[in-house]
Amino acid sequence: MPIEKFVKLTSTCVPLPVENVDTDQIIPARFLKATTREGFGAKLFYDWRYNPGGSPREDFVLNNTRYSGSILVAGKNFGSGSSREHAAWAISDYGFRVVVSSFFADIFKSNALNNGLLPVQVSEDFLAQLFEVIEKDPHNTITVDLENQTISIDSLQRSESFEISAYKKSCMLNGYDDIDYLVSKVAEIEKWEKADSVDA
Amino acid sequence: MSSNPKPKTIIEKIWDKHVVQAIDEETSVFYIDRHFIHEVTSPQAFTGLRNRGIKVARPHKTVATADHNIPTQDQHLTIHDELSRLQVNTLTKNCAENGIELYGLNHPYNGIVHVIGPELGITQPGMTIVCGDSHTSTHGAFGTIAFGIGTSEVEMVLASQCLILSKPKKMRINVEGKLGKGLKSKDIVLYIISQISASGATGYFVEFAGSAIRDLSMEARMTICNMSIEMGARGGLIAPDKTTFDYINGREMAPKGEEWEKALAYWKTLPSDSDAVFDKELHFDAGDIEPMITYGTNPGMGLGISKKIPSLDEVKPNAHPSFIKSLEYMGFAPGEPMLGKPVDYVFVGSCTNGRIEDLRAFAGFVMGKKKAENITAWIVPGSKQVEAQAKKEGLDAILREAGFELRQPGCSACLAMNEDKIPKGKYAVSTSNRNFEGRQGPGARTMLASPITAAAVAVTGRITDPRNFL
Ligand code: SF4
Repeated sequence: MPIEKFVKLTSTCVPLPVENVDTDQIIPARFLKATTREGFGAKLFYDWRYNPGGSPREDFVLNNTRYSGSILVAGKNFGSGSSREHAAWAISDYGFRVVVSSFFADIFKSNALNNGLLPVQVSEDFLAQLFEVIEKDPHNTITVDLENQTISIDSLQRSESFEISAYKKSCMLNGYDDIDYLVSKVAEIEKWEKADSVDA
Repeated sequence: MSSNPKPKTIIEKIWDKHVVQAIDEETSVFYIDRHFIHEVTSPQAFTGLRNRGIKVARPHKTVATADHNIPTQDQHLTIHDELSRLQVNTLTKNCAENGIELYGLNHPYNGIVHVIGPELGITQPGMTIVCGDSHTSTHGAFGTIAFGIGTSEVEMVLASQCLILSKPKKMRINVEGKLGKGLKSKDIVLYIISQISASGATGYFVEFAGSAIRDLSMEARMTICNMSIEMGARGGLIAPDKTTFDYINGREMAPKGEEWEKALAYWKTLPSDSDAVFDKELHFDAGDIEPMITYGTNPGMGLGISKKIPSLDEVKPNAHPSFIKSLEYMGFAPGEPMLGKPVDYVFVGSCTNGRIEDLRAFAGFVMGKKKAENITAWIVPGSKQVEAQAKKEGLDAILREAGFELRQPGCSACLAMNEDKIPKGKYAVSTSNRNFEGRQGPGARTMLASPITAAAVAVTGRITDPRNFL
């Protein structure tokens, strides 16, 4: 399944100024019983988003009509915990294409990239300003430019560059996925196994 | 030009031996020796393969088990929960179709994936091991590069036995000295995480070293590597030594005879060269550690059991919102002591502390005492073999005598995907690895601790220093 291409995006943001948002919050374990990839967006942040009875919690940002957009801006150390790719599926399925934080857990980052969801790591200072700007006026947009690896707060003309591995960048820009690449290498892998593998 | 090869860390030694092909300076096609799968994170990977019309490349390098959502009582009956049953059946079907060995429900080798790999001798030094589960880091205790992956990566390994990875950074955490009485390796790892935070090792593979680590048994080492992910690390490992070799020797899938000698010679080359350089190095003194307990909603929020929850002025101002939110969830106030707090549930089990030594420690402590009235306890062995061994040693009888009951193996209340859920608002002392909000059931309040501390809580009904009894 090829991933959706990502080149450049300008959008308003949904702010979630909480640190250490772990994958159990993004998608609680009891929703992992599906055997397909679809439909997880409805369960995104479920226990923060809904009361025990199922009614929406007004104090949670996804239920606040002030905020919308396809960029999620979250506090430091986003996506720690479980390796569940369902977390990335839920965020994408809900409609986000970018998650901005000042720090990402490793497994979440690779899961996101494997699903065409771009994790953008910014400085703490930039993140703080981003939260401030969105809070002041949720109509403020930010622009994420993958080609140039920059993220900008449009109204302030403040921008910062972000890192991404050259390989992953080309996958995102072109909509390739790793499986196609690996499958194209099968003969070389076999040759290596015979010559160099230390495992029987 | 120097004739000496560049000194390497154990991480680089194993890493370099598994690079099939470099893609660019940092990224390469990387070979995986062993792949474990379970019912929750594999179904979509098999569907992906089917959609692409690809077969599993090396079925004999993948091993499957059902563990995450199976019941821990009446395992001989059908699984009541329809979705759990469907996941387990889907795994069975996928394994049968692809020729993958499955240690499913009721198989004598069934158990939590990170418990059965080592106990069957599948996990061996120098290997690269992955599983769609973050606690795959457990296998690092044998001197392996072992880490959790997402479902797309499960699909990649099934399709090609490889992943595309970038080189990790290398950290060494040294723990020197002797652990005090009543302390377990769980206390060491909770202590380290409390010092460096839940994201303190993000981006790194961590080698745990030092005399306090070398003194540990294999099972105790597994507890440490298991929780390396809770400090954010990609994985954690410990150099193999005599303790490692003695543990593996004679196990079902361990190499035998000449193969054993050959493997052993290779394994002995793995430890980090004495002059190898790490990107970061940390030092701790085992003598500074007391029994640990967590008070918040990430594993970094832990402290010595006799200490008080930090007051607001001890917490950095920008961390106040998260700190307050966390304490509100737990129903605790800043500055309160942990000792004496009432507890409702005790959970002993999981891939962190569900092995035979953990059950021995718990049973040894509660022997001749009685479970506190207010405590509901779930004692869940990590595998069928652990369960059988516990019964052989009479631990089940000791537990029964003290008012406890041994359940059947599985992940159970570690992540509450089966029936074993801590009710909303209730307090649980758990030997598992995560105290996230809702991890043990919606609204459940988790405090992580060692099996000995859990035992002290189970007989007193409140947070108690186990050293009072020793
Ligand atoms: S016991 Fe817990 S941490 Fe271990 S594999 Fe099962 S769910 Fe994951």
